[in-house]
Amino acid sequence: MLTAILIMALGAIVLGAALGYASIKFKVEGNPLVEKIEAILPQTQCGQCGYPGCKPYAEAIAEGEADINKCPPGGMEGVRKLADLLGREVKPLDAEEKPKQLAIIDEQLCIGCTLCIQACPVDAIVGAAKQMHTVVESLCTGCELCVKPCPVECIRMEPIAEKIDNWKWKYPVFEIKPARRAA
Amino acid sequence: MDFITPPYLTQNVSVRRVMLQVLAALIPGIAAYAWLLGPAVLMQIAIATATALLAEAAMLKLQDKPLGPFLGDGSAIVTAWLIALAFPPLAPWWLIVVGTAFAIVVAKHLYGGLGQNPFNPAMIAFAVCIVSFPALMSQWPPINAQANFVDQLALVFGQSPRLDALSGATPLDALKTALKLGEGSTSVATVTADAAVFGRIAGHGWEWVAAGYLLGGIWLWGRKVIGWHVSMSFLAGMTLISGALWLWNPAHFANPLFHLFSGGSMLGAFFIVTDPVSGCTTPRGKLIFGFSAGLLAYLIRVFGGYPDGVAFAVLLLNLCVPIIDLYTQPPIFGMKK
Amino acid sequence: MLQRLFKFKGGVKPATNKAPSVQAPIRIAPIPPRLVVPLHQSIGGQPTPLVEVGDRVLKGQRIGAADKWVSAAVHAPTSGTVIAVEERVAAHPSGLPTLSVVIETDGQDAWIERHSFDHASLEPERVREILRDSGVVGLGGAVFPSHVKLTPAASVPMDELVINGAECEPFMTCDDLLMRERAEGIVRGVAIFRDLLRPKRVLIGIEDNKPEAVAAMQAAVEALGENFEVVAVPTRYPAGGAKQLIRVLTGKEVPASKRSPEMGVQCFNVATAYSAWRAIAFGEPVISRIVTLTGNVEQPGNWEILLGTPMQEVIALAGPKADTNRFVMGGPMMGFDLPDLSAPVVKATNCIIAGSPALFPPPAPEMPCIRCGACALACPHELQPFELYWFSRSRNFGKAQEYNLFDCIECGCCSYVCPSHIPLVQYFRFAKSEIWSRERDKNMADAAKARFEFRNERDEREKAEKAERLAKAAAAKAAEKKPAPAETPPAPAEAPAPQTVDAEAAKKAAIAAAMERARLQREAAQPKNTDGLTIAQRKEIAEIEKRRAPLQAQQQTTPNADAAQTQNSQKDQQ
Repeated sequence: MLTAILIMALGAIVLGAALGYASIKFKVEGNPLVEKIEAILPQTQCGQCGYPGCKPYAEAIAEGEADINKCPPGGMEGVRKLADLLGREVKPLDAEEKPKQLAIIDEQLCIGCTLCIQACPVDAIVGAAKQMHTVVESLCTGCELCVKPCPVECIRMEPIAEKIDNWKWKYPVFEIKPARRAA
Repeated sequence: MDFITPPYLTQNVSVRRVMLQVLAALIPGIAAYAWLLGPAVLMQIAIATATALLAEAAMLKLQDKPLGPFLGDGSAIVTAWLIALAFPPLAPWWLIVVGTAFAIVVAKHLYGGLGQNPFNPAMIAFAVCIVSFPALMSQWPPINAQANFVDQLALVFGQSPRLDALSGATPLDALKTALKLGEGSTSVATVTADAAVFGRIAGHGWEWVAAGYLLGGIWLWGRKVIGWHVSMSFLAGMTLISGALWLWNPAHFANPLFHLFSGGSMLGAFFIVTDPVSGCTTPRGKLIFGFSAGLLAYLIRVFGGYPDGVAFAVLLLNLCVPIIDLYTQPPIFGMKK
Repeated sequence: MLQRLFKFKGGVKPATNKAPSVQAPIRIAPIPPRLVVPLHQSIGGQPTPLVEVGDRVLKGQRIGAADKWVSAAVHAPTSGTVIAVEERVAAHPSGLPTLSVVIETDGQDAWIERHSFDHASLEPERVREILRDSGVVGLGGAVFPSHVKLTPAASVPMDELVINGAECEPFMTCDDLLMRERAEGIVRGVAIFRDLLRPKRVLIGIEDNKPEAVAAMQAAVEALGENFEVVAVPTRYPAGGAKQLIRVLTGKEVPASKRSPEMGVQCFNVATAYSAWRAIAFGEPVISRIVTLTGNVEQPGNWEILLGTPMQEVIALAGPKADTNRFVMGGPMMGFDLPDLSAPVVKATNCIIAGSPALFPPPAPEMPCIRCGACALACPHELQPFELYWFSRSRNFGKAQEYNLFDCIECGCCSYVCPSHIPLVQYFRFAKSEIWSRERDKNMADAAKARFEFRNERDEREKAEKAERLAKAAAAKAAEKKPAPAETPPAPAEAPAPQTVDAEAAKKAAIAAAMERARLQREAAQPKNTDGLTIAQRKEIAEIEKRRAPLQAQQQTTPNADAAQTQNSQKDQQ
C-alpha cells in the first residue's frame, strides 16, 4: 500500500518536474497560432470585425473569444481557411460579401481637412492640410475607414475593375449535369 | 457559339472506346473458356452484365447523374465480365449477382464512381465472395467430364443438386491439395503427370484460356490501350519467385510456366493489374506495383489458404498505390540528372 | 551536313491542315480607314504614350516608348491623325480593353525619316536599344522583347543559337511562307543575332513537312556564305515550342526555373529575325506582320497586315463561309476565341482561324478521369497532368505547385489525348491565374500589414514625444514658478502698457513659430508616408503630385485671405 503510494507520488514528482522544465526550456514567445491566423486575415485593418485591426482580431480568435466569420473582406474563403486551421465548423459570413473595393476621393470636392489621412490605417492617402488628398490606389486596402470621417462626403468606394493585368481564367464550367426536361 | 476551351482539336478517343477495346480483347479468352469448359460462362457473363448495368443505373439515379454517358462508357460491363471470368462458371446465379452488385455499389459508387475507386471492383467482388462463400467459390467444373449446357444451367440456377461429380478443384488447387496430402512423399512431377487434369503445361483446357487472355493482352498493348510496364512486371514477379523456388526444389514447387498459365495469372496480368483507376500511374510505380502483385499472388496461391492469390495480391497493392506513386514521381523536363 | 537530332518525350500528331493556306503567296492587306494600336503589345512594361489626340503621325513614328528595359516601343503603322488615346478592346481572351492609340489613316502611307545602321560598327548595347525602340519582339506568339534575350549570360559561353522555323501548330503557315519568300532577310537577321550573342553554332530548325521552306533557307544561307545549319526536324507537335526545339537540336533541356542563356543556348523565331533585320538595315520598326487566315474561309492564305487593323476587316479579306461560328486567334492547340471582332491585329497575332461546328466540334461531355495516363505520355514536359488536374480541380494549389504546375507550357497535348474529354489546360490556366492572384493579394496584405504597423509605431512615438514635450514644458513651468517669487520681486505697476504690446507681439511670434513648426513637421512627416514604396507606387504618387500642382498653385494665391480670416476671427474673440 505504502509502496504503491510512494511510487505514484514519485512518478508525479518526476513527471511534474519534467513538465516544469519543458515549459521553461521550450517556452514559445507569443502565440504562434495568432501569427497563423493573422496570415489568413486580409490585413485591411478595417475593424469591421469589431476589433481595432487584424492582429487584435487574430488574438481574439486564438483566445476563442471571437467567431471566425466576422471578417467581411476575407470573405467565405477566409472563413473556410480559418475553419481549416482551427478545426472549427465553417459558418456563413456574418455580413454581406463584397467585391474588393478601392476608396476614391473626389478631388474637386476635397477641402484638405486631413481627417481621412488620420483615419487611413495603412497611410494610403497622401496630401497635407488644406491641400487636396488622393488615395494611392495600389496601397488602398478598401477598408472604408476613410469614408465616414470625411466632412464633405467626397470619398466613395468603388469595386476594383477587372483589367487585363488582374484578369483570371475561369474554372472550367462544363460539369455533367442531369438534363432535366422542362415540364 | 459553343464554349470550347483550347485545344480546339481532340483525338478521337473516349472512355467508351477504351472500355470497348478491353471487352474485345477478352473475347479470345472467353471463347476458349466456353469451348473447353462449357458454355455456362456465357450465362454468367450475361447475368453479371445485367446486374452491373442495373446496379450502375440505380446508383446513378440516386446520385442524380445522367444515365446515358455513364452507362454507355462500358466501365460497368468490363467489371461485370471480369467478375464472371474470375468466378467459378458453375457458381449459383445469386452469387454472381451478389458479387457484381457489391462491386458496383460498394467498391465503385460508394467511393465516388468511375475513376474514384481505390480498389479494383472486380477483385473486391471476388474477395468478398470467396471469404463469405468459400465452398461455392471453390467448385469448378471437372475438366475432363464436360457437362452439357442444360445441365450446367440447371446447376447455375439451382435446379439440380450440387454433386461432387459435377464440380472439382482447379489444377492449382488440385496440385496444392495433392502436395499437402502427400506430405512430401509425392512430388510435383508425379502429380502433374496426369495430363488429363494438368494438360501439357498448366492444366487441361486452362492453358488455352490463359493463352486466349495473353493474346487479347498483346492486342491491347499493340493498340496502346495498356502499357507494358504493369503486365510485364507482374509476369516477371511471378516468374522470378516461382522460378527461384522451382530451381531450389523442383519436387515441391511447380515450374514458372505452370503458374503463369494457371489460375488468374494471365487474366490478372493483362486485365486486372492494368486497371488504371486503382493502379499506379508513374512508370516506376507501375513496375513496382506489377512486380509486387505478381510476387504476392504467387505467395498467397502457394502458401496461403486460398486457391488463387491474384485478387488479394491486387487489393493489397491497391492499398499501397498512393505511397508508391508519391515516391516514384518521374523527373520532369529539364530536371533530370 | 549531318546533324544529330534528339527527341523530346510526349507530343502529339494532329492533322496539320496547312495545305490550304500555302497555295497563294503572301499578299499585302489594304490600309484600313482606322487603326487601333494597343500600347501594350509585348511582355513587360506598358509603353508610355508619346502622342496626343489631334497629333499627325507618320508611318513608323514611335507612339509608345518602352518604359523600362523589359518592354518594347510601339509605332504608327501608317500615316494619319490620332483621334483617340483610350481604352479599346484588346486581342485577349478576356475581351477587356487596353490603352490604345486610335489613328485615322490618310492613305498616303508617308514614312517618317528612316535611318539604317551597320550593326557591326555599333556597340552591342546600342543595337539592343535600337531593337527595343523599333519594337522588335518575339513574333512566334510569345511577344517577349527580343533585345532582352540578346544579352548573353555573363558566366556561360553561348554554344548554340536556335532559330525557330518549326511552326508546329496545325493550320498555321505564316512562318512557312515567310521562309519561302523572304529567306534572305531572315538569314541576315539571324546574322545580327549571331553577332550579338556570338554562339559557336547557329541552328535553324524547320519541321520536315515544309520542304520548300527548308530548301529556300538552305539556298539563302549558302548565297550569303553563312555557316548556319538548316535542320529539318520531325513533325510532331509541339516541336516548335522553344524548349522542345532546343531539346531536339541541341539535346539541352531548359527547365522552367532557368533561362536558356544560362545553359548556353538562345532561341528566336524566324519572323523575329526578319523584323530585326528590317529594323537595323532599313530603320523600319515593327508595324506589320504576316498573318495566316485559314479554316472555314473561301480564300485561305497569308497576308501582311498592319498592326492595329481591326479583326473584322482582316477576316473579310479571306471571306468566311456562312456556317462560321467562331474566330480563333493563334493555332488550334493554343489559340483562343476572339471575344470581339473589333479587337486589332497585334504583334502576337500569327494566325486567325475561322471555325465552324464541323471544323471544331463542340466538346463531348467531360467524364471523370480514369487515370489512364495518356496525358502523362503526351506531356512534352513530362508532367503528370492528371495529378495536376486533380489538385487544380479541388483548388489544392499548393499541391499543384509541388507537382510543377508552372512547368506546364499549356500546349494542349494532354487535353488532345484525354479519353475523358477533360479540359485539362483550362484547369491549369485557372489554377495558375488563381495562384498569381493569391500571390498578389498576399503581397498586398503583407504590405498593408507592414504599413499599418509602421503607422501605429509612428503614432506611439509621436504620442510619446508629445507627452515628453508636455512633461518638459510642465517641468520648465514648475521650475520657473518656484524661483519666481524669491528671485525676481515683480515690479507690477512699472510698465503695464508696453507689456501688453509685447504680449501681442509674443503671441504673434508664437503663432508664426507654431505654423513654422507645423510646416516643418509636415515636411518631416511626408516622406514617412512614402517610405519603402515600390518604384511604381512612387511613380503613381508623382503623377498625383503633378495633378495637384495646379491646385496647389491656386491655393498659393489664397493664403493671405486665409490669414486675414484667422486674424479676423482672433479679433472677434478679442
